[in-house]
This record gives sequence, C-alpha cells and structure tokens, in this order.
Amino acid sequence: MAVYSTNEWKGGLKVMLDGDPYSIMENEYVKPGKGQAFNRVRMRNLKTGRVLERTFKSGDTLESADIVEAEYQFLYNDGTFFHFMHPETFEQIAANPSAVGEGAKWLKENDNCNLLLWNGVPMAVTPQPHVILKVTRCDPGVKGDTARGGGDKPALLETGAEVRVPLFVNEGDSVRVDTRTGEYVSRA
Amino acid sequence: MAFGAMASDTDWRPTATREALAARAAMLAQARAFLVERGAVEVETPALSSAAAPDPHLTSLAVDAPGGRRYLHTSPEYPLKRLVAAGFGDCFALAKVWRGGELGPRHQPEFTMLEWYRVGWDHRRLMVEVAELIAALLAPRRALAAPEVVTYRDAFRQRLGLDPHNAPELGLDALLAGAGFDAQLELDRDAKLDLLASHLVYPQLGQGRVTLLSEFPASQCALARVRPARDGEPAVAERFEAFVAGIELANGYHELADPVEQRTRFERANELRRARGLPESPLDERFLAALASGLPDCAGVALGVDRVVMLALGAVTLDEVVAFPWTRA
Repeated sequence: MAVYSTNEWKGGLKVMLDGDPYSIMENEYVKPGKGQAFNRVRMRNLKTGRVLERTFKSGDTLESADIVEAEYQFLYNDGTFFHFMHPETFEQIAANPSAVGEGAKWLKENDNCNLLLWNGVPMAVTPQPHVILKVTRCDPGVKGDTARGGGDKPALLETGAEVRVPLFVNEGDSVRVDTRTGEYVSRA
Repeated sequence: MAFGAMASDTDWRPTATREALAARAAMLAQARAFLVERGAVEVETPALSSAAAPDPHLTSLAVDAPGGRRYLHTSPEYPLKRLVAAGFGDCFALAKVWRGGELGPRHQPEFTMLEWYRVGWDHRRLMVEVAELIAALLAPRRALAAPEVVTYRDAFRQRLGLDPHNAPELGLDALLAGAGFDAQLELDRDAKLDLLASHLVYPQLGQGRVTLLSEFPASQCALARVRPARDGEPAVAERFEAFVAGIELANGYHELADPVEQRTRFERANELRRARGLPESPLDERFLAALASGLPDCAGVALGVDRVVMLALGAVTLDEVVAFPWTRA
C-alpha cells in the first residue's frame, strides 16, 4: 500500500488512521520561523462520517486507504444482505445492512446507487439523489380540503419508505423523491 | 483559485492583480529608502552557496552545478555577517530565498526576504527599528498602535498559564492533551513549545499593533547570543520575533560572535539531522573563519516581505501578492 507524507495530503486523498479510513478535507501548513513545522488537518472518518481535526508533524506519513467509489446496480435484499451488481463487469457484491443504513428505504430493484468499497467490502451505500417510486398506499385527497393551502398527507412507497405528498397524489402514482432530505419533489 | 488547488500546467495567468504588484513594488522601494536613509548600504550576496544552513527545521534546495553541488540560500545571513566582519558596517540585502517544502497560505518555498545588520546594536535596539519599518510599510492602509514588547515567557504565562522555561514535561503534556493534540506526536520539549506557540500563542499576538516577542528559551537560540542564567532568571536567547495580526513577520538576533560556540551549534544541528535521517549540511567554513577573525558586536534581522505586503493589502494568502506562486512557477 502506498505511503503519503504530509505535503501530499491533498483534499480527497484517502488514508488510514487508527485503523479507520479517512478522507482528507483540508491540510494547513503551520510553522514558526525557527522550529518544528506542523500540518493542521481536517479529515472525515469514512466509516462514521465524523470530522476530525488533528495536528501532525510535517513529514509524518499515513498509509493510503484502499477506497473505491463506484456505481452499482441494486439487485435484491435476501432478508439479511443487500446484493449489488457492477453494471459493466457484472461482478456481484453483498453489503450488510449497517453499510446500507437509512438509504435502504430508497433502494428499488435495478436502480443504480453509489457504493464506497473499503478493501473490496461495501462500507457505505448512497442512493441516487433523486429516485422515482410508486405510491402503494395513501388516503384519497379530500375535496374542498384545499382551504388548508399546501396541505399534504402521508404516503407509503413501494420500497417501504413513507413521505409526505400533496393531496392530489393518488395510489398508483409515481413520485420523485429527494433521498437526501426524504422529501417529495414532484409527480413523475 | 482556492489556495492549494493544483494549477493545471497551462494556467499561465498571474494570481496577483496589477494593483497588488504595484503596491508591492512601492513597498520594496520604501523599505530600501528607509534603510538607506538610516545609513545602511544595500548589498547583493550569492543565492547559490557551497554551504547550507544546518538547522534541522530548514530544507535547503540543491542545484547540481559543474564543479559540485550548490545550495540555494535559506537567508543571506552568512555572507552578510562576513561583510560585517570585513568592516563594511551596517548593510542589508533584499533577496529571494528558498526553503524546501514550506507551502501553505502563508508559506511559499520561494519568497522575498529583507535582512539587515546593525553594528554596535543589540536585539532590543534593533527590534524598535523593525517595528518602525513595519509600521511605516503598513501605515497607509493599516494604522497601528504603539508596538509592545512581550517576553516569550510572559506570552506563555498570560495565554496558557505556563512558564515555558520551567514547566515540567508533564505540565506541557497536560496542556497539549487539554487542547486536543495527539499524544502520539512524539515531540521533544522544544517541539512541544513550538506546537503550543504556533497554534495557541502566536495567533493572538500583534492585534492592532506590532508585538515584539523577545527572550526565547536558550534551547531555541539558533544564531543568537545566550544570556546566562542569573538571579533566579533562566538563561535566554537574545532573540526576537515581530508579529502583526498573529502573523510572524521578522526574526532577529543579538548575533552570536563566538566561533567555537557557533561551530558547536552547527555540529549539534547536523547531529540532529543525522538522527532524523536528514542529509547533513556542509558547514560554511568561510562564515566560521569570519567569526574567528572577529565579528563586531551587532544585531541582525530577517523580515518576510511578502507577508508584510499581504497584511498591507488585506490579503489572506501570499498568492495574492506574488505574480506566480510555487504552484504556477
């Protein structure tokens, strides 16, 4: 595995620290005119998402982290693992629920999503920013209820996610949802 | 361009505006006039030397020249002191200098330094002049209150509640841990002080005025004289630094003139380089010979010109005051 010295720690570089993979965000060189030079570094733990600020001695080294980001197609959930396929190599890979996390509720079979692989193992799964999903259950909009202005109602989507939708949306409609906010965008 | 973003190799445009470069040129002229009016003579010294500074915290850049390796100077200090030893009196150099690996918003591996020497002066007298020059250069755009002189010890006491000369190692470690620094850094005592100074003390100095930080720990004497311990006071280096808005602008010494002590310090620095796996620096024997022939009592200082221009223009990075910084050179 490659080893990188402080002066090579550019934004986006993936490195190992205390057994976890990190992505470098910012790296500031700090040096008194006479004396030891330091690098003040902001880095994101790719496992927890937590941002860390840490000071290193200039010249310190970290091993690069084997991190690959790629688009995969979601195949199915077997009840325990989520299975994905690379759209070009057709290589299949299984992710455990903790890697998929909250994103699971936006995953529809055959949709593409972004996988972060650490040493070849999926560590995070990010759905597309916008997905189109069918409404499987919601109450009909009540006529004359428009007095409430932009009223909305809960709707259950085919993946099991629940979102608030406008009153005019009906069962069987397809809707576009922003997966980052969990909010309805439009009818699709 | 955001700082640190790698310029593409066809990015030919300057990073400074024409106004910034014109202001820079005017400030260089003003600094020269300031010193000439006060009786110093401008000299030029070699940028490529057969010797290199042994300070383990400096990286000299090497050039393979016919006849042997040469080093780009990290400051014009040695040849200027040779001129002083040769009886030239007060002199200064305004020169490009190089320090490998020093790259950040306020560091460029190639930068401009104004260095001058005052014969018969000590560091206390020189630092007053340094503050006057900085104030004169900043004055049109940035009015400063009268300068203040603070000892390194008081700066640490006031801001960290710790005596840098006498604090036990455990006290330093506790402070570092409390400030969230990693215990695995493996720092020696001076490096711990450097960490605290550069992260917690220096950024607070020079608010609205020039702060002259003086009397450094004897272990950080570099090329300054050391005043021995007396009356319960610890030994200190007769050295100062000048700060404005938390930014270090100048470093000066009451110059060490003892050739034996100087050689010992150089050799110790080279030992440290060896211990850290760094290449040893060939010692400047001509400089040591000049000290042996007798260096008049003098004080000298190096001023980072680019940073002064940066402060004067209200810029945040050196890129804004240099036509073509390292990433576009």
